[in-house]
Amino acid sequence: MRKPAEPAVAKEAAVAAVEEPRRRDFIHIATVSFAGVGTAAAAVPMLTQMSASADVRALASIEVDVSAIEPGQAIKTMWRKQPVFVSRLTPEKIAEAKKDDNAPMRDPQTLEERTLPNREEWLVMLAVCTHLGCVPTGAAQGEPKGDFDGYFCPCHGSHYDVAGRIRKGPAPTNLVVPEELSFVSDTVIKIG
Amino acid sequence: MSFPWAQEYKPKHPLMQWFDERLPLPRLVYNSVGAGYPTPRNLNYFWNFGSLAGLALVIQIVTGVVLAMHYYSTVDGAFNSVEHIMRNVNSGWLIRYAHMNGASFFFIVVYIHMFRGLYFGSYKAPREMIWLLGVVIFLLMMATGFLGYVLPWGQMSFWAAQVITGFFSAIPLVGEPLRQWLLGGFAPDQATLSRFFSLHYLLPFVIAGVIILHIWALHIPGSSNPTGVPVKKEEDTVPFHPYYTAKDGFGVGVFLIAFVIMTFFAPNFMGHPDNYIPANPLSTPAHIVPEWYYWPFYAILRAFTVDFGIPFTGIVIIPAKLMGVLAMFGSILLFFFLPWLDTSPVRSGHYRPLFKKFFWFGLIPSVIILSICGVMEATTTWLILAQISGAYYFAHFLIILPLISRIEKPLPLPGSITEAVTGKPLKEAAA
Amino acid sequence: MIRFFAGLIGLFFSGMLLLALFDTVYLGITEPAEETAEHKFYEYPKDVSFAHDGPFGTYDRAQLQRGLKVYEAVCAACHSLNLVAFRNFEDLGYSEEQVKAIASNWLPTGGEVPSINPDTGEPSTRPALPTDTIPSPYANDVAARAANNNALPPDLSLITKARKNGTAYVYSLLSGYTDQEGYKNDAGEELLKEFPDAAAGAGLYFNPYFKNLNIAMAPPLSEGVVTFDDGSPATVDAMSKDVAAFLAWTAEPKMEVRKKTGWAALVFLLIFTILAYMSYRTIWANQKH
Repeated sequence: MRKPAEPAVAKEAAVAAVEEPRRRDFIHIATVSFAGVGTAAAAVPMLTQMSASADVRALASIEVDVSAIEPGQAIKTMWRKQPVFVSRLTPEKIAEAKKDDNAPMRDPQTLEERTLPNREEWLVMLAVCTHLGCVPTGAAQGEPKGDFDGYFCPCHGSHYDVAGRIRKGPAPTNLVVPEELSFVSDTVIKIG
Repeated sequence: MSFPWAQEYKPKHPLMQWFDERLPLPRLVYNSVGAGYPTPRNLNYFWNFGSLAGLALVIQIVTGVVLAMHYYSTVDGAFNSVEHIMRNVNSGWLIRYAHMNGASFFFIVVYIHMFRGLYFGSYKAPREMIWLLGVVIFLLMMATGFLGYVLPWGQMSFWAAQVITGFFSAIPLVGEPLRQWLLGGFAPDQATLSRFFSLHYLLPFVIAGVIILHIWALHIPGSSNPTGVPVKKEEDTVPFHPYYTAKDGFGVGVFLIAFVIMTFFAPNFMGHPDNYIPANPLSTPAHIVPEWYYWPFYAILRAFTVDFGIPFTGIVIIPAKLMGVLAMFGSILLFFFLPWLDTSPVRSGHYRPLFKKFFWFGLIPSVIILSICGVMEATTTWLILAQISGAYYFAHFLIILPLISRIEKPLPLPGSITEAVTGKPLKEAAA
Repeated sequence: MIRFFAGLIGLFFSGMLLLALFDTVYLGITEPAEETAEHKFYEYPKDVSFAHDGPFGTYDRAQLQRGLKVYEAVCAACHSLNLVAFRNFEDLGYSEEQVKAIASNWLPTGGEVPSINPDTGEPSTRPALPTDTIPSPYANDVAARAANNNALPPDLSLITKARKNGTAYVYSLLSGYTDQEGYKNDAGEELLKEFPDAAAGAGLYFNPYFKNLNIAMAPPLSEGVVTFDDGSPATVDAMSKDVAAFLAWTAEPKMEVRKKTGWAALVFLLIFTILAYMSYRTIWANQKH
């Protein structure tokens, strides 16, 4: 029987360990690596559980019936738990927005770029100020519309124009138009 | 304290040295579960279960914290939130099933750990404090397990809360007010659920705290061993790392295999179907049973069917219900006195012929029979078995153990751990 | 002192238990428990196998689709399925469009779900969307009881997990209705001769697979009550099995991914454990213990 405490044996082993990584070292390294990989694999579900659950993801796409909106009116609806303006522009408003297409702007965009082809009377925007996330006023009758006859954020005074473009105040970009936007029919808009 | 031959921590890396000088945490780890903790060389696989219990607690805390992110502690929302976790939350089914089965595995591991302590006499001097803290951990675990079982607010949850808090109403005079205080009302309801959730989240961290004390107390005399003979020389020990870290690693693998088989292939095996029915205060399940880890104690509770009083006068001193409750708590609380009930200087059951007989042919069968009685319906046959086994259980700890400690003639002990292992006596030369 | 008091307490508890033992034995002899009809004539669920049984089992999608059809045509008239949404039916092999069609044509409610009239605030209905949960047949439990002779049809979402051996139980119950007149158990005893009181009362139906033998649910299935698109026979037995499989899915929709993950974890752990064992043996190689 060999005892580890015997200095000669211990020395021998130490020398051997330094000189070449042997089979036994490989086993230890493999075991510890497996333990590490296993722990990491177990951590994955503990982290992914925090991202949106299936029921939330199922509501990521909605359809909005816009048949009741008259020109000049707007509705506020909810999409992904955030307010959304769906407004139907009158011809005058469209002209007004187009007139400003080339005006100096912080985030230049034309009305055409902010609406779907041939549907330029329908403007769909997240009602979330791009500054710090307040809800701008101006969609409903009688609300302050700001200096540019569009939307006004009361938190820090951002002024948006008819097409929801930032014209004055601290907000860095225009009100966001959802990327995945389409018309299911003439009266139903699909968002998301 | 440690053995004089314990290796001292010498940081290899300058960064570790810098760290260790400012906060000796690396030193603490090294001396607790590293090469600086000399451990008897002859520990068998029963000594794996302490670290496994620690792992089980970690699994419970991690999965539990995650579940709490999705659980609603409201009487209308609790049941559905659990099903929301099972159906909608990413990997929610895995986390919930792991927590559910993790509780059972925690108890399996701790019961084997306690069995080890009982058979090998690990509770004896100088390790009484380790044992006492262990009993505290066990009590906290039972409380936590019960509180957690109530949270899904299924039928068994609700009626468990009703029955368990009903124990307290057996106490004379203050019983009923005490029960209402615990429930926050006249029956389990919103107040009950909210406080149970709060405490269920709290207690595991209290358990973790007591475990630190448990391990601290362990490191004063060092680990016991299957012979019960104390460590004498360096040859009797090996450094904890790498010897027992490697052995524990293997134990962890076996434990996780069993855990994975139950969690992924039979996740509801240890549960009860009735807990998939939402709580209904108007309808009691035909057969209320607690989780398996309470079965023996539940059997003791139900075995007491006769009032204690003066015969033929009708005067009742202790009603049967109260006695059942006292006995049930007593059956656990007696563990606190065990180090002073078993006075035999020999620790290990290996060298105690009489103790061994009573242990294997008395205690173990009685606990197994009590467990079965706890889950079966209280028919005459099962009641009889529970009463016989329960009577033996109390007699074993409170009467038999002190008596055999006096009359037993133990077998000769090996001179040292090294002698028990190698057959050769320990060298007398000074270490 | 401790041992003296411990001994007294031990004598007390053990003694009381032995006293209770005599009492139990005495009562057992003088007042033996009466044999009940439930005990003698209750049948355990039939031995039946499903595609999703066992550690490798997966759901039979075609069977689940048939089961859904039976549920929609028959069970849904009285039983809710609160925990399941239409969108979940994509798991049964339906496309997004098919799920939309199932929701908007949902038979029991004419494709509508309860809602609030946006103009008046009155309770109203609107067309069902895939994100909606399956609409309940009754507004609340009181209405459900009132319509069912004071019996509450349970929600079926979890029924196969809420009963012992639940899938076989559902199958056995649905296919197990039989005539009570002249019913004999396996021992050849006739129920109504042994227990005349066990006769099904008004509004109750005899079913030996139900705990107390008489159930408030009328036999729901009859041959040909639905027509399957895949031409499968619509016998009571086949439909019972299909709907039982469907309800196994509603109770445990994540079963397939659970088993798959389990196998991956198991194989990984086996390799780890073998490595850990070799590591352990290597470290202890020079140390007798």
